[in-house]
Amino acid sequence: MSLDTLNLLRGIATLLAMGAFVAVVLWAWSRRRRETFDAAARLPLEEDPGFVGADRQPPARR
Amino acid sequence: MTAYQFGQAASVAAGTLDGPPLVAGAGAKGAAAHDEGAAVRTDYTDGVVRQFAIMTVVWGIVGMLVGVIIAAQLLFPALNFDLPFLTYSRLRPLHTNAVIFAFGGSALFATSYYIVQRTCHTPLFLPGLAQFTFWGWQLIILLAAVTLPLGITSGKEYAELEWPIDLAIAVVWVAYAVVFFGTLAIRKVKHIYVANWFFAAYIITIAVLHIVNSAEVPVTLTKSYSAYSGVTDAMVQWWYGHNAVGFFLTAAFLGMMYYFIPKQAGRPIYSYRLSIVHFWSLISIYMWAGPHHLHYTTLPDWVQTLGMVFSLMLLAPSWGGMINGIMTLSGAWHKLRTDPILKFLIVSLSFYGMSTFEGPMMSIKTVNALSHYTDWTIGHVHSGALGWVAMVSVGTMYALVPRLYGQTKMWSTRLIDWHFWTTTIGIVLYVASMWIAGVMQGLMWRATNADGTLTYTFVEALKATYPYYAVRLVGGTLVLAGMFIMAYNVAKTIGQRRGALEGGPAVASA
Repeated sequence: MSLDTLNLLRGIATLLAMGAFVAVVLWAWSRRRRETFDAAARLPLEEDPGFVGADRQPPARR
Repeated sequence: MTAYQFGQAASVAAGTLDGPPLVAGAGAKGAAAHDEGAAVRTDYTDGVVRQFAIMTVVWGIVGMLVGVIIAAQLLFPALNFDLPFLTYSRLRPLHTNAVIFAFGGSALFATSYYIVQRTCHTPLFLPGLAQFTFWGWQLIILLAAVTLPLGITSGKEYAELEWPIDLAIAVVWVAYAVVFFGTLAIRKVKHIYVANWFFAAYIITIAVLHIVNSAEVPVTLTKSYSAYSGVTDAMVQWWYGHNAVGFFLTAAFLGMMYYFIPKQAGRPIYSYRLSIVHFWSLISIYMWAGPHHLHYTTLPDWVQTLGMVFSLMLLAPSWGGMINGIMTLSGAWHKLRTDPILKFLIVSLSFYGMSTFEGPMMSIKTVNALSHYTDWTIGHVHSGALGWVAMVSVGTMYALVPRLYGQTKMWSTRLIDWHFWTTTIGIVLYVASMWIAGVMQGLMWRATNADGTLTYTFVEALKATYPYYAVRLVGGTLVLAGMFIMAYNVAKTIGQRRGALEGGPAVASA
């Protein structure tokens, strides 16, 4: 492979990587995703009420 | 079925219900179960989490104790007592393996198993296999603790263990991946929470790194040679080495941070979108940073430059994570005053920010010309390993242990505060002394006289380093002392009757 071809490929790879980054940013900030992400962000704070784990004690022994 | 209904009753009482409709009478049954003071029912697979959490404390003490011993040996070389298995060269890999893979690894197993269940609303996939990962991992650690002092090593930094142990690691790691991804697969919620993305990236990448870098030709049961040679071997090694930093010591602990900071602060992460962007940037850039370990070697110059440029770029996604974690506390800064667990977590992020600024700076070739082979590198590593990894793990364990043992807080909040200050002061002493020592060594080694001869002999630089080795020993000892305080507090917490420890600032809104 000649150096010219190699450099062309390097340029294309750089542009593709930049494009991928911009795409991820646009996807993450798109209005459509907002609700999903807000719900996901609440996941650590609201655990499945159907389960009893060691940390889901009854309000116990008052 | 009772456990399920009991759980619903408990959450109704806690006022956090947003789940499936209640079965009629469930509340009454729950109350009955409660009145009986019944044994705690656990649907989540928490046994394995408890085991790993306790071993985190145990291996933390062991690993840091070995660290303190070798720090003392640098100050008083006679401390190896002329016994081969106590020499610095054999204990040093024992220290690094113990703190990274035994202490850090146990903390990651514990938290990843805990978090993936809570954020996927399902118990672990194949709990028996999860038990296998626990016993397998402990066996590997014991084998390391025996073989390394015996001098059995493949000589690759952070990958010293010989081929039979390498095979065992691969088996346990694949089992870990099956449990983790299996749990993701059977999740009851639509979205995969960001912490799990970080854990997933870490599990996959560590598997790839370990298998590729451990490709070796066995000669005997205890001796093998790398499948690669020359500079290729070095490049594979540091591709492994730096990604062990990037994925084991960074991405995975960020996963821990993304669950426990929101949990402890009682508010969602500052920006979920930022977490997505910085996740994908971090994992795609880290992969290329390894060559900065081989500046000014026979590695082709363009590869060195590539490693440097990617390392510089890493600043952005690294600080994205730090900002996201710290800003989660915006509007709730007052919690830092009363909650030493949050102090641990937030200060760990500050150290993470400092280390990830320092790292890119040190990867610049001209800076590296001064810093490489000096104690500056040791200072940098420990600002990351103690300041970031150990502090975030310790803070997380203080949040996790009460939850695992049916308490709402640790036995003593005051002792957590004591641990926080001993550790913080110890780390600052450690890092500052190594910075000064490192820059001094670099300057002394490169100083030349007018006629081109070296100004200082090597031993003169070594002699000048002695006082800093003493300060480092003091710092390391303080950090170790903090771990003993932790062990006492954890033992006391576990020893209490369930539900005995209530209230206090350490309560998060569950």
